[in-house]
Order: sequence, then C-alpha cells, then structure tokens
Amino acid sequence: MTTIAELPPGFADKVLSAQSTFRSVMDAMARPGAVQRIVPVAGTPGAMMRGTAAIALTLFDHDTPLWLDARMSESSDVLKWLKFHTGAPVIQDSSIASFALIADAAALPSLERFALGSNEYPDRSTTLILQVEGLNAGVAFELRGPGIDGVTTLHAAIRPADLFERLRINEALFPRGIDVVLVADDAVVAIPRTTRVLSKGSR
Amino acid sequence: MAVLVQADASDIAGRLRTIALPRHDDLRLSENGLVMLRGRVGGDGAPFNLGEATVSRAAVRLATGEVGFGYTLGRDGEKARLIALCDALVQSEEFAGALEHDVIAPLRAELHARQAQRAAQTAATKVDFYTMVRGEG
Amino acid sequence: MYVAVKGGERAIENAHRLLAHARRGDQRVPEVTLDQISEQLGLAVDRVMSEGSLYDRELAALAIKQARGDLIEAIFLVRAFRATLPRFGASEPVDTGAMRVQRRVSSTFKDIPGGQILGPTFDYTHRLLDPALAEGFVPEEPATADASPAATPRVTDILGRDGLIEPSPQAEDGVPVGDLTREPLNFPADRDLRLQNLARGDEGFLLAMGYSTQRGYGRNHPFAGEIRFGEVEVEFFAEDVGFAVPLGAIELTECQMVNQFKGSATEAPCFTRGYGLAFGQSERKTMSMALVDRALRARELGEEVLAPAQDEEFVMSHSDNVQATGFVEHLKLPHYVDFQSELGLLRKLRQEFAEANDAEPMKEAAE
Repeated sequence: MTTIAELPPGFADKVLSAQSTFRSVMDAMARPGAVQRIVPVAGTPGAMMRGTAAIALTLFDHDTPLWLDARMSESSDVLKWLKFHTGAPVIQDSSIASFALIADAAALPSLERFALGSNEYPDRSTTLILQVEGLNAGVAFELRGPGIDGVTTLHAAIRPADLFERLRINEALFPRGIDVVLVADDAVVAIPRTTRVLSKGSR
Repeated sequence: MAVLVQADASDIAGRLRTIALPRHDDLRLSENGLVMLRGRVGGDGAPFNLGEATVSRAAVRLATGEVGFGYTLGRDGEKARLIALCDALVQSEEFAGALEHDVIAPLRAELHARQAQRAAQTAATKVDFYTMVRGEG
Repeated sequence: MYVAVKGGERAIENAHRLLAHARRGDQRVPEVTLDQISEQLGLAVDRVMSEGSLYDRELAALAIKQARGDLIEAIFLVRAFRATLPRFGASEPVDTGAMRVQRRVSSTFKDIPGGQILGPTFDYTHRLLDPALAEGFVPEEPATADASPAATPRVTDILGRDGLIEPSPQAEDGVPVGDLTREPLNFPADRDLRLQNLARGDEGFLLAMGYSTQRGYGRNHPFAGEIRFGEVEVEFFAEDVGFAVPLGAIELTECQMVNQFKGSATEAPCFTRGYGLAFGQSERKTMSMALVDRALRARELGEEVLAPAQDEEFVMSHSDNVQATGFVEHLKLPHYVDFQSELGLLRKLRQEFAEANDAEPMKEAAE
C-alpha cells in the first residue's frame, strides 16, 4: 500500500503551474475542437494521464465533488492522491458531481446520470474529463458552434465511438447540458455544450 | 498539536533549535486558505455556518519517512510548516521524547500560565451576592 | 441602462492619491499601527471580523486602517479578500459549553453554577467621558482571584434538564449545512441559513430589528438567559490527515434568549428560545441576533407574521451591509443616460400639462 510519503507529487510550483493549466483549459473551452497542450508536470497516480492530473490539481477543491469511473477508482493511489492534493470529495452519486473522471471511456455511463444544471444555474453541471487514446489522428469530426470560426475538424481516436451522438442531448437541454474535456497525455480538447458535430468522417 | 497551534511561530522555532533535526523536506508547501467555522443552534443543536477563518497548512516528510501535517488558524505559513515538522517528529521514536520534553512541554507550560492568569483576572470579576438583612433590631 | 463612458482616469488616479494622503492625515502625528488597532480598538476589529465573516484580527485591523475607520468599508474589504482564498473545509461545530469564559451573565437566575462573571464590560460605567484617557493613561493591573475549576454550564442546559425550555433542534441525517456563500438564498430559509445570515448581518440593522420586537412589532418577551464571551477551541477534520486536527482558539460571544412559552393539548408548555453567536466580544450584536432569530421563528411556532422582524425575506434580504451599501451607493455612479430619458419624459409631460391648462380656461370661457 502506498503511504502518503510515497504518493506521486503535485505541482512543483503550485501557483504558476495552476495558472498555466487554467489558461490551457480556458483556451480549450474558448476554442472548441482545437488541441491545447498542458505544460506543467505533476505525478500521475494509477490510470491518470498527466493532462488529467494537472487539471485535477488546478480545478478540483473541497467544493467540487468528484465521480470516478471504475477504472479510475480501482487504484487506491488515485483516491489518496486526489484527497491529499485537492481535498475534493469523491462521491458515488454522479448526479451531483462537479467533475467526472473517466479512464475507461468505453464504459461511459449514460450522460443523463450526471448533473445537467438547472435553467436558473446551468453551470451546476458535471464537467466530464474523458481520457481518450489520441487527439492528433483518427476519425475526423467536423465541429461548429461558438468559438469556432465556421467549421473546424478534430482528428481523434475517441471512445465511446458514439460520444458525439450522445452529446446531442445538449441541443435539447440548452442552457443546461454537459461540457466535456478530452485528454490524451498532455493534449486537451474541450467540447462545451454549445459545440455541435456536423459530420463524422472516416480515418 | 493543540499546544503548538496556540503558540507563536517564533517560539516554536526557538524551542526546535535545541533539537538536532533530521533531514526533512516539504511534502506540501505551506499555503493559506479558509475554514468555515461552525456553531450549533442554541449551542447544542444542529450545526450552522458562522463565518470563515484564515488557515494555513503544510505537510513535511522526514528523511526516515514520517509524514507530518500542520494546520493552524491565521496566515502564518511558516507556523504551519513548523507544526507539520513537529507532527512528523512526534511519530519518530528517535525524536518524540525530545520534542515533548524540549518543545511541547515548555510551550504547554507557557500556554497554561497565560490561561491561568486570564482565569484569575476573570475570577476577580465574579459577583458575590449578599442579601441585605432586614427587620432585625 | 448603463453606457460605457471613457474619461476621468487621471482624475480617479489623483483622487486615490489624495485619499491616501487624507488617510494618513497630519504626518507630524505618528502613523497608527495594526497592533495598535487590534489591541486598542479591539471591538471594532471584532465587528469587522463578524460582519466581514472572516476570523483574522490582523486582516480586520488592516481593513480598518485602509478604510480610515469606516467599518462598513472595512467589512467590504475583508469580504473581498476572503473571496481570494480556497476553502479547505468546515470546522467541527464549536462547543460553547466548554468555553474558557471571560464574561458570563444571566438575567434569569442569580445563582448559576460557575457564577455571574462580569469580565471586561462597559456595564455599570457611568458613561462619562474620561479626560485621563486623552493621553498617556496607564491602567491599573487587573485584580486577580482564585479561579474556581467549576464548570460554567449553559443556563439553557440547566433549564433543559427539567424540560422547562424547548430543546435545540438537532441536525437531520444527510442534510448538508446550508451555506449562503455557496448557494443563493431562497425563501423560506431554514434556521441554519437564517443564523448564518444574521451572524454576518449589520449590527445596526439587527439592533433596530431586535428593538422593534421589544416595542411590540413582533411578539417577543425575552429574558437574557445567558450571555457569555470567551475562548473556544476549533477543530477541523482534515481530509488529508484523516482525523480532526486542532486549529487554535477563537473568541466568541454567545447569547441565549429565553422567550415566551408555548404549549398545546399534547405538549407541556415550555419556554422558547432565540440564539445569537458572533466572533469576538460582540454583545449587542448577539443579543439583537437572538431577538431577531426568535422573531423569525414565527412561522415554525405557528405565530402570525405581522411585524418586519418576523418576515424572513424582509430581514434576510436587508441585513447584509455590503449588499445594502452597494445598492445604495451605486446611486452616485453616473446615470446620465437614465436621467436624460427621465428628463425628456418629464419635459414632454410638462408640455402636455401646459397645453392642457392653456386650453382649459378657453374652453370654460367658451361655455
């Protein structure tokens, strides 16, 4: 069993690393479909990728309940690391989670099981942090929506294969909905609730 | 640790100087934050949020592996680090005795002296009721 | 309507420079230090901590200095500062029964276990200005006496043992403690939210509201069951440590009001209660808070809501002096466009009025 003393480290420089990561996530949200890099380095417990770890250290705290999928929570290191470095409570009820960490995207639960926000407070929804295989090659997705000048194409190796079909619930729910951050190693791409997929090409 | 949180950082540091400290590093650099302070309705009922307090915290790891945590009211990060160091030392068989003897015991005595003085000053303001005797003579 | 208008940057910059100069005052006079404010204007610091909703004497003293002694401005500064820090969590509820009491009085029983302890109080002073304080005053050493190790149980606990007073409401399982700094206020609000709101509410507002209940606007027939001031220790369950750690000691004032009794065919009559708790030595604040807390329980206790102090929406929406000052003081910001449109409308109406009145007499004359 890993003791706290042996846990993977957090950021070496908390403030600057969190600021830099925040900037990457913000740019990702502002430019849906565009790949951003996360520079700061932190330890990566269990199934956590380094981009996910940096996002966790930047955005999670005592006030952000977390839901972890089975793959992510199978390592007690992940739970200990999150608890020590972020203080965020890990909860079983996904419908009140601020963030959900998904390591095994193939087993992504139905999106309705997450918080979708209310009409008064649409921001009170779950942000999915979805670890995927790659964000530099793979299926081509044509995206459009706020933050995209016309149409942008994202090449990604994403599971579940029907992710974008499932995200179409955002169309009917608006202003409620789910925001997604895709992570592959140090690359992140955001698919906020306003982004629509036009077509899905082949490789 | 209840003694240390009520001492000044400079006093803790001064007492620690008498101990040959083992190598240690910061597992978590000291940081400032808030804790929501809670009271209870009627003093003994359901909790409610009274207001926040500034709090500093730190975590220190000895070269021998012991991990200590420091939490304290206020924004003195160095105090949190010193408390974390003491918390780690108290877990070490080698240092626990010296820490208690050279650091915690004297600080405890000082704390109790301050509290006793205040209690004595307070006690002097306690009302002694007496009843005026009437109808005699 | 708000329209962005540019200009005035230099005027603003110079105004701030002038403010800094005015704040410092005559520079031949020594500058006031934070320690001086904290030690010698301690009750102002207590108030800024309570209503700023942040326990930190040094920051409150800095805020008072920066605000030139304007306490509401200082409270505003403290509230703004607290928004910059992350929250580690919530403390274990403090145990006021275990308070190291520095003052403790009850108007209900003369002989209470632990005794009536006056502590540092303005009560029984003659309210005559003291010229000796004007310069170089050195106070006498405080008197001391044997401190009895006797406990000072809460008076309400003593009444409670015989069932003479209603018990405090207990927490419901699984119901989180309401926090109005995290969730926006909705009405009706539960007592935890009401007490949080009152604890950070403006002392003057609560004083007026509490006073109004005594004068008949709301049914309050209270006795000050107990007022206590002293030090309590704070513990915090630190997630990373895995158990509760001590954080230190804070000073609190607590007021328990004992109010008119209630009873029914099925329940024996007993006293009801109102509760006040605040940072530091804040006696007037906690007494007012306890009066208003009791008045706000009208709905729960089946009393008719007739007075402002019983109306939780009225009280809770207007108790916060930072909100209040923001809305009142925003009136001095430029409203040039709104005013122009009102002015235009007014001129039009006056024109119509003048035309109508010019026409009227002619019409009469024609008749």
